[in-house]
Amino acid sequence: MSEALARVEAVHKVYRRGAETVDVLNGLDLEVATGEFLALMGPSGSGKTTLLNLLGGLDRPTSGRVVVGGQDLGRASGRELARWRARHVGFVFQFYNLLPVLTAERNVELPLLLTRLKRSERRRRARTALEIVGLADRASHYPSQLSGGQEQRVGIARAIVNDPTVILADEPTGDLDRATGGEILDLLVALNERHGKTVVMVTHDPLAADRATRVLHLDKGVLAEASE
Amino acid sequence: MKYLPLLWRNLMRRKARTLFTFLSVAVAFFLFGLLMAVKNGFEAGIEIAGQDRLLTIHKVSIIQLLPLRYLEQIRAVPGVAAATHSTWFGGVYQDPKNFFPQIAVEPEELLDLYPEYIVPSEQRQRWVATRTGAIVGRKLAERFGWQVGDRIPIQPTFWRPQDGDGDTYEFDLVGLYEGATPDVDETQLFFHHDYLMERVGDMGQVGWYVVSVADPERADEVAQAIDGLFANSPAETKTTTEKAFMQGFAQQVGNTGALLMAIVAVVFFVILLIAGNTMAQAVRERTAEVGVLKTLGFTGPTVLGLVLGESLLLVGGAAGLGLILIWLAVPGLRPLVETFLPVFYVPARSLALGASLAVALGLASGGLPAWLAMRLEIVEALRRR
Repeated sequence: MSEALARVEAVHKVYRRGAETVDVLNGLDLEVATGEFLALMGPSGSGKTTLLNLLGGLDRPTSGRVVVGGQDLGRASGRELARWRARHVGFVFQFYNLLPVLTAERNVELPLLLTRLKRSERRRRARTALEIVGLADRASHYPSQLSGGQEQRVGIARAIVNDPTVILADEPTGDLDRATGGEILDLLVALNERHGKTVVMVTHDPLAADRATRVLHLDKGVLAEASE
Repeated sequence: MKYLPLLWRNLMRRKARTLFTFLSVAVAFFLFGLLMAVKNGFEAGIEIAGQDRLLTIHKVSIIQLLPLRYLEQIRAVPGVAAATHSTWFGGVYQDPKNFFPQIAVEPEELLDLYPEYIVPSEQRQRWVATRTGAIVGRKLAERFGWQVGDRIPIQPTFWRPQDGDGDTYEFDLVGLYEGATPDVDETQLFFHHDYLMERVGDMGQVGWYVVSVADPERADEVAQAIDGLFANSPAETKTTTEKAFMQGFAQQVGNTGALLMAIVAVVFFVILLIAGNTMAQAVRERTAEVGVLKTLGFTGPTVLGLVLGESLLLVGGAAGLGLILIWLAVPGLRPLVETFLPVFYVPARSLALGASLAVALGLASGGLPAWLAMRLEIVEALRRR
């Protein structure tokens, strides 16, 4: 296996809802190699999305360490985490989460607003990202004018526009039909194989997981089994 | 600037709601500008009234006349630089509704004491030389379409002529004066006191005295000295600075400024609730989008800035429109109110105050939603899709 990009060590994650506490992750250990395409599977409530959130610096572990690209995410401040996400992480959501008031190009450009790039350069990069996902001709369309598959492609373009180290995808095909889902998976595989992006994908779908180079199963907050 | 398209598109998301809020704020600032113009109109005389000018009136009331012989005694008071007298005429031009002040004066003394009345020198000379001559303010001339050379007939209400030459006073319009600043009342007519005395028979009485003091610091001392001169006489005097007199006069119709400011405060409080509600709804609807922005790397303070920027864009744009509209509307409204408010315009300082209020209102209305958006946890926000 290549050098580890992400290391999760003895991570516990506990959510409190009123007086009730819910143990989501229970001493989980995991390594994600640079350049691999990892699929995380498991039943609802098994902790897949929580683990993805921890890897993306969206949430912090209750205990244990999460180190990604040398950055100990548990020790970083909110501001540091935000900057780290902007630079190193591309997120793909199940429901695309595009801003409905912006065109495809403006949605893709969003992460670049945090850089000092000029408008022309931001626009050029957004166009390039849309070309990579095959939607250059839909740049001026609003999300409501796109199909679900096209929206997800725009979501992926937005995830890769800042040339991230890792792409984190939460059920990227969960809202799509099989054929369209297959196209999205083709895209993620291409980003992994041709562009060398590390991909961590949460999915319920065994066929989607089959496209990954490694599949891990979570159950009740621990890794149940692994398959290549 | 790079966030402007995002702010704009977010505002346009609910066009009707944004439009109604925008119009509410615009109307509020239009009203603000209007009230400021009214307030300024009430206070205009106070602003330009000199601290170095005193007014000496009858102790009982300004409508009681004073002996003309007081003038030389006043001029002899130490600290008095110059003095003149004025008398309210109170006549009617064509119709009683055409009210404007007509004041009998000593022309040269008046213009020396009131340098804020600008009269071309040849017109000034002609006025001094013409016994029936009168000068009027530019606005008054515009109101009635008068031009230099016109003859203006005015019916007296209590200064009835006793010379058997008819009831009407005929004034020759020999000049126009302009105010040195916008606050100067340009709706008055001044004419020779001598002409008035000629028509009514010299009564040796005047309305009030205007006194210029050499040292404004000693104004109170000079005022007391003047009143001391005429204490225990049949016509005792009351002398105050012109500013204090104007303030007292304005307060006779109530504390107008405080009343208008109270109205403004209530209007802005309501607008704060309306704009605040709009922003709160807008942000609440976009909770998941706030989560997405934060996921992409937008920091809490950046999100705070975006919400405040949106609020400022909404309130600032509407306030700007309201203030521009009132600024454009005032010249059209002036003829409707100048009988009561000779000075009617929105002062630059009120526009600046309006701009400051717009910023404050924008920050206040967006403040709480912005704060909540900044504090929002990403995971929690994404869950509320």
